Amino acid sequence: MVSFELNGKDVSVDVPEETPLLWVLRDELQMTGTKFGCGIAQCGACTVMLNGMTRRSCVTPVSMVEGSSVTTIEGIDGPEAEAVQAAWEGLDVPQCGWCQSGQVMSATALLMEIPKPSDEDIDNAMAGNICRCATYVRIRKAIHDAADKLEG
Amino acid sequence: MRKTILMAALLGAAPTLLALPSLAETVKGLRTVDEFDGIENETERSVALFTEMMAVIEHPRCLNCHPVGDSPRQGMDMHPHVPPVVRGDADFGAPGMRCNTCHGEENFTFVTKEGSIPGHSPWQLAPIEMGWVGKSAAEICAQLKDPERNGGRSMEDLHEHNATDGLVGWGWDPGEGREPAPGTQEVFGQLTKAWIETGSACPDS
Repeated sequence: MVSFELNGKDVSVDVPEETPLLWVLRDELQMTGTKFGCGIAQCGACTVMLNGMTRRSCVTPVSMVEGSSVTTIEGIDGPEAEAVQAAWEGLDVPQCGWCQSGQVMSATALLMEIPKPSDEDIDNAMAGNICRCATYVRIRKAIHDAADKLEG
Repeated sequence: MRKTILMAALLGAAPTLLALPSLAETVKGLRTVDEFDGIENETERSVALFTEMMAVIEHPRCLNCHPVGDSPRQGMDMHPHVPPVVRGDADFGAPGMRCNTCHGEENFTFVTKEGSIPGHSPWQLAPIEMGWVGKSAAEICAQLKDPERNGGRSMEDLHEHNATDGLVGWGWDPGEGREPAPGTQEVFGQLTKAWIETGSACPDS
């Protein structure tokens, strides 16, 4: 049995301890906003927050999150997350949308550390989030827009 | 007939006899300290010991995270890390994408494909002053002895680091699909100790 906090609520799952967190989120806890992309930490679609920092859930054994706080796209909130999601809607960033929950998590994490990121900051933070529709130009613009909104 | 059998036996035994010395004196491809006992000149023995240490230091399992630039390497061909990542202020990646965004506390074998993602706590790049990629044995040797470029370590600390540090030790336990560094951490630590005790001499090139 592994217990952790998911989106502010305590959860426990009875699965083998090496089960990837992504499997637990989607199959055991029905949190399907987090996507499977590659399964080898190469695409970023499965990004969640683990204790406030980005984490690829496809390569995270669930035993690693025992007693930790996990936040998924369904639960992320706060000014940075709200600004990012508003900017995403404002620019119609997603195309197919598969990678977008991971993109939003990484963008939010970036803004929590760097409120006014440069293009280089954005590239460095987002380099592990691949978009097969190549919406990268809109993603970068949306992060700048979210930063502007946060700045007021 | 008897002569033929005797010849065959001798021919069959020859490769075994020739191979015995090297089998006896290496551990997983790394020569042990006693193999250098025959070098009488202490400085020459020290250089030879360091040259053997270089087999570990220069192995991609070690070099890949000792880059001289701002990005780690990957694989036996030491290609640039994929996805592209940067060193960052603390040798731990960029805001929003730290090393532990992907690398966990232990190696993790992929569920859907062959291979694994390496892990250890901590997992980070060696500081840039400890960069080794592209440097000669002489340059790396001088670097290892310089407290300003070895993390402020005394030679005793350096031995301790090579012999017991967990992240150094990961090089011999790199996870499925990855070739380990030659030898064992124990032999690497013994070579380091013997190199220091013989004056920690450096090769000329």
